Amino acid sequence: MFTVAGIGFTAPWLLLALAALPVLWILLRAVPPAPIRRRFPGVALLLGLTDDETQTDKTPWWLLLLRMLAVALIILGFAGPVLNPKDDAAGTGPLLIVTDGTWADARDWQRRIDRIEALVNDAGRAGRPVAVVQLTDLPGGDLPFQAAGSWAARLPSLQPAPWQPDTAALTTWIGTLPDTPFDTFWLSDGLANDSRADLLAALETRGKVAVFQSAASVFALRPAGFDEGDIVAAATRTGPDSEASVTLVARGLDPAGTERQLATADLVFAPGETEASVRLSLPPELRNRITRFELAGLRSAGAVSLTDDALRRREVALIAGRDDREGLELLSPLHYLNQALEPTADLIEGDLLDILLANPDVLILADVAAISAGEQQPLLDWVEQGGLLLRFAGPRLAASDISRSQEDALMPVRLRAGGRSIGGAMSWGEPKALRAFAEGSPFYGLAIPPDVQVSSQVMAQPDPTLADRVIATLADGTPLVTRKRIGQGQVVLFHVTANAEWSTLPLSGLFVQMLERLAVSTRPSQPTAEDLVGTTWVADAVLDGFGQVQDAGNLPGVPGERLAGAEPGADMPPGLYTGEDRRIAVNVIGAETRLEPAAWPARIAVEGLAVLRELALKGWLLAAALALLCTDILASLWLTGRLTRASRGVVTMLGLILVLAAPPADAQTTGDDLALLATAEVVLAHVITGDARVDAVAEAGLRGLSDTLWRRTSIEPSNPISVNLETDELSFFPFLYWPITPDQPLPSVEAYARLNRYLRHGGMILFDTRDADIARFGQASPNGRKLQQLARALDIPPLELLPEDHVLTRTFYLLQDFPGRHASRDVWVEAAPPDAEQVEGMPFRNLNDNVTPVVIGGNDWASAWAIDEAGNRMFPVGRGFAGERQRELAMRFGVNLMMHVLTGNYKSDQVHVPALLDRLGQ
Amino acid sequence: MNQTAPQTHAKLRQRAEQLAGPLPPLLAEAEHLAQAVLLGAHGRRRSGTGDEFWQYRPARAGDEARMVDWRRSARSDAHFVREKEWQAAQSVLLWVDEARSMDFSSDRNRPTKADRARLLAMAISVLLIYGGERVALASLGTPPRSSQLQLLRIAQNFTEAKESEDYGTPVIRIMPPHSRALFVSDFMGDVVPVEAQLTRAADRGVRGVIYQVLDPVEEAFPFDGRTIFESMGGTIRHETLKAGDLRDRYLDRLAERKAKLADLARATDWQYACHHTNDSAQSALLWLYGALERKH
Repeated sequence: MFTVAGIGFTAPWLLLALAALPVLWILLRAVPPAPIRRRFPGVALLLGLTDDETQTDKTPWWLLLLRMLAVALIILGFAGPVLNPKDDAAGTGPLLIVTDGTWADARDWQRRIDRIEALVNDAGRAGRPVAVVQLTDLPGGDLPFQAAGSWAARLPSLQPAPWQPDTAALTTWIGTLPDTPFDTFWLSDGLANDSRADLLAALETRGKVAVFQSAASVFALRPAGFDEGDIVAAATRTGPDSEASVTLVARGLDPAGTERQLATADLVFAPGETEASVRLSLPPELRNRITRFELAGLRSAGAVSLTDDALRRREVALIAGRDDREGLELLSPLHYLNQALEPTADLIEGDLLDILLANPDVLILADVAAISAGEQQPLLDWVEQGGLLLRFAGPRLAASDISRSQEDALMPVRLRAGGRSIGGAMSWGEPKALRAFAEGSPFYGLAIPPDVQVSSQVMAQPDPTLADRVIATLADGTPLVTRKRIGQGQVVLFHVTANAEWSTLPLSGLFVQMLERLAVSTRPSQPTAEDLVGTTWVADAVLDGFGQVQDAGNLPGVPGERLAGAEPGADMPPGLYTGEDRRIAVNVIGAETRLEPAAWPARIAVEGLAVLRELALKGWLLAAALALLCTDILASLWLTGRLTRASRGVVTMLGLILVLAAPPADAQTTGDDLALLATAEVVLAHVITGDARVDAVAEAGLRGLSDTLWRRTSIEPSNPISVNLETDELSFFPFLYWPITPDQPLPSVEAYARLNRYLRHGGMILFDTRDADIARFGQASPNGRKLQQLARALDIPPLELLPEDHVLTRTFYLLQDFPGRHASRDVWVEAAPPDAEQVEGMPFRNLNDNVTPVVIGGNDWASAWAIDEAGNRMFPVGRGFAGERQRELAMRFGVNLMMHVLTGNYKSDQVHVPALLDRLGQ
Repeated sequence: MNQTAPQTHAKLRQRAEQLAGPLPPLLAEAEHLAQAVLLGAHGRRRSGTGDEFWQYRPARAGDEARMVDWRRSARSDAHFVREKEWQAAQSVLLWVDEARSMDFSSDRNRPTKADRARLLAMAISVLLIYGGERVALASLGTPPRSSQLQLLRIAQNFTEAKESEDYGTPVIRIMPPHSRALFVSDFMGDVVPVEAQLTRAADRGVRGVIYQVLDPVEEAFPFDGRTIFESMGGTIRHETLKAGDLRDRYLDRLAERKAKLADLARATDWQYACHHTNDSAQSALLWLYGALERKH
């Protein structure tokens, strides 16, 4: 193939036609653009006028150049140019095919095998012996040069290994390479590796080396970690080129034991960045079920990260027997437990039966004496199924009769009446310290700080079983912590309080360690080598190169030191390893692993899966020529004056389209403007329904209401704003008026999320179906049905018809009717709590303590409020004086509503007036 | 005979239809246009011969006895004479350019200059004849007449296809002295015959209006590039390489032509106006009517 500057030509003889270009130049130059014939009566006036310039009878040079270029491109195009022409130069002698065979190869493993197969077949045709070597699985002995046919059968059995080549093994293998010359074809996985340069040098001394490497960047997932209660998952990649997005999938078992996708998130790599991370905020129930994270669509062990106990946060339920007294925080029985457990566990508080439904890992009862009969059995069942019930003593427990004469099912030991206090003003002796923990106790090995002292405790009755159940004692041998196993679970009793009243134990670090040993709190995530010395770990499940979880089978145990330090290798495949009481995940990619793209010296020809493919340029050149010719048409038209105004318009439009195709840069400013507009003053807002007339009326209505508020009250709103639910931020508005039309679109999921957030944080929406003249509230009208559709996804509390003593009836005016343009009495607000009772002598019930999030009605208030620009009423209301009265009431309802929105239940406080007067009088 | 009679009859009918076809629209359109201007009775606002009552005046010496209106006189002591309003019919001569150059329109939706000129001439004829004046069309060659039939004749003349030259010159054979005249043309051709005709008319005491009808394109000259301009008949052509360069000079010449016509009108006590086919015909008609009505 004829090659010029890296471009080959399939029909090079056609290039000779380029020599004809100068001739064409002269020919074209002589031909001026053809004239237009025009009928024009004014020609009589033109007679005798001559042209000033005469050179335009020749084609202008730039147009000529344009045409020459087009012709040249056509000639070049038909000459069949090919970028990166492939030279198939077959070698001779033995051929060594080296493949890295790591996890990074796994995603396109089949294509690599195909490539190897093609090479092997080529070699077979050329009669060359072939050896295929996988660097992660080095062959012992000499290079296995064999006939190509024998390799073809073995290729399918090659599998990528889920680890990187072992540098030490590779170095020794390089030493065993034979000195006879052979050519090498190396299928690289694209990752930098220390041993690569050595091997390359060794191979180059023996013959030609060609490298095959995919240009696509390699993605890998780092182990997930915790940060401020969220799971943080990070991924890394080799090529920091363009923006890329990969989907993170969290997998785990659902309650039925089926593996499911539990959560997904997008990891977005910014251009130029090699790292991306995403925070996943998952409920603990879901989070504890996650067994591994994957990058979706990537078949590679590097794209899978197994999770171990480090990611699992235990759910701890806390129940205190004594009501918290305000201001005595440090005396709270749960304070120290909260402090100790908060960083490492998820805490649940609530009613005992509700908590049991959540199935916590640990239930802590701090100074809870009696458990009601109804709660006893579920609690016992829960403990038998593996729950840990942790109880602390305290004044209540000491004073109660529980487990006194007979051992309570939920107490580890019987207790003596009264307990004892040591070292107090009325007792002999010093406060007691702890005795060193005995072997066999879960606390064995913990150092006891000297300042831990116990001054009060409850005493265990000596029983035959007592000795087995004691796991910590005081210096004088009295039990401090006792434990009883029930079924799969256990009950542990600390004979002191969980606060510092009876002992200084909760103040010490020992308390945290003890809780940790009891598996109440979660351990620090990464064990150090010292922690693991002398332990042996057995693989539970292992990953293969493709990232599939396989049963470990009979893999030998791995010593703890190996587990703690190094990267996975043949002796320790990545997977989940089980030790005595915990599981540790070994992943291909660690938190610190860096992925670097492999760099090859310039002398090595690197062939890629995609980049250096032969690229026929014919189509591109011809397209360019066509584009030039189109430009030529336009230019010629322009030159001859045939580009009329209409076609000029078309050209301008095309240009504009190109310009407008660029992404708009100032989308942000509108949001800021809205924020400024809405927050500088009080602003009423209505929702844009898409019906221009309804929107205009709503806007005019709010304008009328704003005017009325300005005149009559201290609320001085500025002009109302129309709010687009899809794009605008709602939190600036205290109040939204939402007229319902039957054909308005349902808001998107994001818009609903925004609306719900708005409603939860004190916003109010006035829904107006505007049809009270023809329908009552409900399904009867299209607007009512639409409202139900719209409100289905909204977080709306139970509603009731506006009661007579609702605060809306008296926030500014005293009202009992709330008419708009229609005078229906169906106005719905948030229902009063069921326990709201009218107290004797009070005019009103003490109703709910906040602003009703919605008011729903159909009275078409906006029409009654609406004024035009001149300040005139836009719509008639009713007839005559009664109509004006109705409009006045509508305005008053608007005023009351806004007062309610802005001042909340302030007027409800009048219910306390009698009580306050009463108190003042005394 | 039996065979040919229906044929000739049908042929005659067909031709008559053909002939009458374009008449009503033009006439109707012209009448419609004229309706807006028609002001009612067309009197001279002075006493004279006519049908309409003008005033009573005291009888003077020299009035014949039969002129005295006895009925009026009986109601008082003096004698009164009943005077009638002077209703003199004016003769108006129309010349509408029928040359090829008038068949030009720069836009499909715009009437040609000829269409507009004929419409205006027709409408003014309707107005004048309804007003009792006598109207003559130069190309008909007949003396001025005041009848509905004359309207039909004029309309028929306008709708007939005629072979004509590229640029027209006013050729007027019958020109009653002290009559009025209306020349409608684009005045793009040679201006010398127009000048000669005008001078001749002025000599005979004829006054009137020079009405130039132009297409907006002729005013704007929005051409560019290499162009061969041809007259509508194709007899005159002019080639240019950059039409855009000619614009200013063309517009100068056009302005010069207009100035020339205006000067000519001033010198002969005529009136001159220029009308563009994209403007309203209504206002043009109003102006024309006013101009012809003007007392001197």
